[in-house]
Amino acid sequence: MIGIEAVILTIITASTPLLLAAIGELVVERSGVLNLGVEGMMVMGAVCGFIATYYSGSLILGVVAAILAGVLMSLLFGLLTQTFVTNQMATGLALTILCLGLSGLVGEPFTGLPGAKLPALYIPYLTDIPYIGKIIFGQDALVYLSLILVFFVQYVLFRTRVGLIIRAVGDSHVSAHALGYNVVRVRYLCIMFGGACAGLAGGYLSLAYTPQWIENMTSGRGWIALALVVFATWMPRRILFGAYLFGTVWIMGLYVQGIGLGIPSQLLSALPYIVTIIALVIISRNKQLTKLNTPACLGQQFVPDR
Amino acid sequence: MKITLEKRAMASNFMTYASPIIAIGLTVVIGGIIFLLAGYNPLNALYYYFVDPVMSLWSIEEVVVKATPLVLIGAGLAICFSANIWNIGAEGQLTMGALAGAFIPVMFTDWQSPIGLVLMLLMGVGGGAAWAAIAAFLKNRFNVNEILTSLMLVYVAQYILDWFVRGPWRDPKGFNFPKSVDFEGWQLLPTYGDGRMHIGAIIAVIVVVILAIMMSRSMKGFEIKAIGNSRRAGAFAGFSYKSMTWFCFLLSGALAGLAGIIEVAGPAGHLQPTISPGYGFTAIIVAFLGRLNPIGVLMAGVLLAISYLGGDGAQMELGVSAKTAQVFQGMLLFLILACDTLIRYKIKFSVSQKSTEGALV
Repeated sequence: MIGIEAVILTIITASTPLLLAAIGELVVERSGVLNLGVEGMMVMGAVCGFIATYYSGSLILGVVAAILAGVLMSLLFGLLTQTFVTNQMATGLALTILCLGLSGLVGEPFTGLPGAKLPALYIPYLTDIPYIGKIIFGQDALVYLSLILVFFVQYVLFRTRVGLIIRAVGDSHVSAHALGYNVVRVRYLCIMFGGACAGLAGGYLSLAYTPQWIENMTSGRGWIALALVVFATWMPRRILFGAYLFGTVWIMGLYVQGIGLGIPSQLLSALPYIVTIIALVIISRNKQLTKLNTPACLGQQFVPDR
Repeated sequence: MKITLEKRAMASNFMTYASPIIAIGLTVVIGGIIFLLAGYNPLNALYYYFVDPVMSLWSIEEVVVKATPLVLIGAGLAICFSANIWNIGAEGQLTMGALAGAFIPVMFTDWQSPIGLVLMLLMGVGGGAAWAAIAAFLKNRFNVNEILTSLMLVYVAQYILDWFVRGPWRDPKGFNFPKSVDFEGWQLLPTYGDGRMHIGAIIAVIVVVILAIMMSRSMKGFEIKAIGNSRRAGAFAGFSYKSMTWFCFLLSGALAGLAGIIEVAGPAGHLQPTISPGYGFTAIIVAFLGRLNPIGVLMAGVLLAISYLGGDGAQMELGVSAKTAQVFQGMLLFLILACDTLIRYKIKFSVSQKSTEGALV
C-alpha cells in the first residue's frame, strides 16, 4: 500500500506547473489578450531551464533561464499581436508550433540525460513532524512561490490601482485608451508576465517534476492551464482549486495504473484530458457565470488610432 | 525607432498574395543565416531543404504522398478558419478516421473487394466527422470553447488508437509489435508510379476543386465568409452561427478522417501507435499559407511536404537534425501572420527625436 503522504507529495508536484502556467495566463487574459502559446512557452522554459542547469550546475540559473525563455517567447507573441495586430488565436497557435519544434531541436542532444532536482526545504523539527511535516515544510521553493503568486495576483488584480488598470484594459480597451492609459504597453507587460510564469512552469517540469529533458514533455499541460483559466472563471483563487484538482486526477491515473485494476493504462492516461473537457462543460454551460467574468475584450485587436 | 500602423482605405489585394511570398522569402533568408551560424554552407543546406526533394522522380512522388494529407486537412481547416471557427484538433480527427476505416481490414481480413475499399474510405470520413462532432456539439449545446475541446480530444484519440493496436487489434502474427494486421490487395489504395504514389492525391485534388467552387460560386461560400467577417452581420442576413459550427466541424473532421484512412491504407499499410508526423497541426500552417483558399492550400501543401522531405534529406546529407524542418514550418507561420498585417495596414518606420515617447511598446 502506498502511503497517503507520498500521494499528496506527488499531487503537489504535479499541480504546481499547472498552477504556475494558469496564473500567468489569467493575468494575460484579464488584460484582454488570449495567448494560446502557453504550451509552447512552457516547453521552451523546460528545455532552456534544463540546459542552463546542465552546463552551469546551478539550479537558480536554470530557473532564471526558464523564466527568460518564457518571456522571450511571449515577447515574440506580443510583437505580433500588439505591434502588428495579428489574429491572437492564430499567433498563439503559431507560437506553440514554433516552440515545440525549436525545443525539440535545441534539446535533441540532451534527451534523457540525468539532471539536477530542485532541493526540498528542510526545517529541523518542523519538517520531521509525522504526516504533515513533509507536506507543509518539505517542498521545493517553487511550490511555495506558486502559492504566494496566486495570492499576490489576487491582491494586485482586485486591491491595487495596477490591477484596476489591467482589468480596465481587458474589459474596454477603447475606454482605457480614452482615459490615457497605454493599452498596448499594459498588454505587453501582462503578456511578459504570462510568459515568465509559463517558462517557470516548464522549468519546474524539467528541474523538479522529472529532472530530465524529454521531447514534448509538457504533454498538453499548457493547454490544460488555458482550460483552467476558463474553469476558474478568471478568478485567481479558483485557479488554485482547479490546478490541484487536475493535478490530483493526473496522479490518481498514475497510481491506479501502478496498482493495476485491469483498467487499460491508456484510459487512465487520457483521464486528465477527458476531465478537462468535462470540467469545461460544467463551467461553460452556465452562460451567466462565464459572461459575467470573461474579460469583455478578450481576443480582440486594438490599434491606437489617435 | 517608432513603428506606426496606418490603416489602408481598402485591404490590399496585392499584399494578400505577396504576403506569403515575402514570408517564404524571409524564412529562407533567416534559415540560411541560422545554417551559416551553425557552420554549414547555407546555400548547400537550403538546396537540400527546398530543391533536392523535387529533383528526382522518386522524391517528387514522395512529396505528393506527403502533400495529400496536408492538402486534405488544410482545405477543411481553411473553411473553418474562414468562418472564424477554430478546429485545431485535426490530428485527433485524423487518428479516429484511420481507426474507423481500419475496422474493415482488421475485422474482415479476407474480404477482398473494391466495395470494401470504398467502405473503408467512407468509414474514415465518418470516424473523423464523428470525432469532430463532439467539439461542435459541446460548443453549440454548452457553449464550450472549441479550441480547447478539439485539442484535448487529440490526446484522447491517440490513446484510443494506442489501446487498439496494443490490445484487441494487435496483429497475432506481429511478434508482439504494437501494430494491426498488414492490409492487402483491395484493402490498400491502388498505387501508381514507383509504388508509393496512390490515388489519395487524386481524391485530394477533387476535394480541393469542389471546395474552391463552393467557396467562390455558392451561397454556402458567401455564408462562410459573411459569418467569418462578422458574426453579427451574418446573423442579420439570417445565417445561423450554430449550423455553421456544425458544418465546419463536420466538413473539416470528415476531411481529416479521410486523410487518416488514406495514410493508413496508403503509405503505412497497417495501424500503428503513431500514424502521422503531426499532419493535423502542420495543416494549420498550410491553411494560412494558402490564404484560407482551397487552391492556395493545394500549393501550400506541396511546399510543406517538400520541407518535410527536405528535413529528412538534410539530415542524411549534412547531418542537420530533421527537427529543423519543424522549426522552419513554425517560423513560416509566424512570418505569414506578421506579413498579413501589410494587407490591412501600411507600416511606417520613423526615427523620432524623443525616442522614449510614443514608441509602441
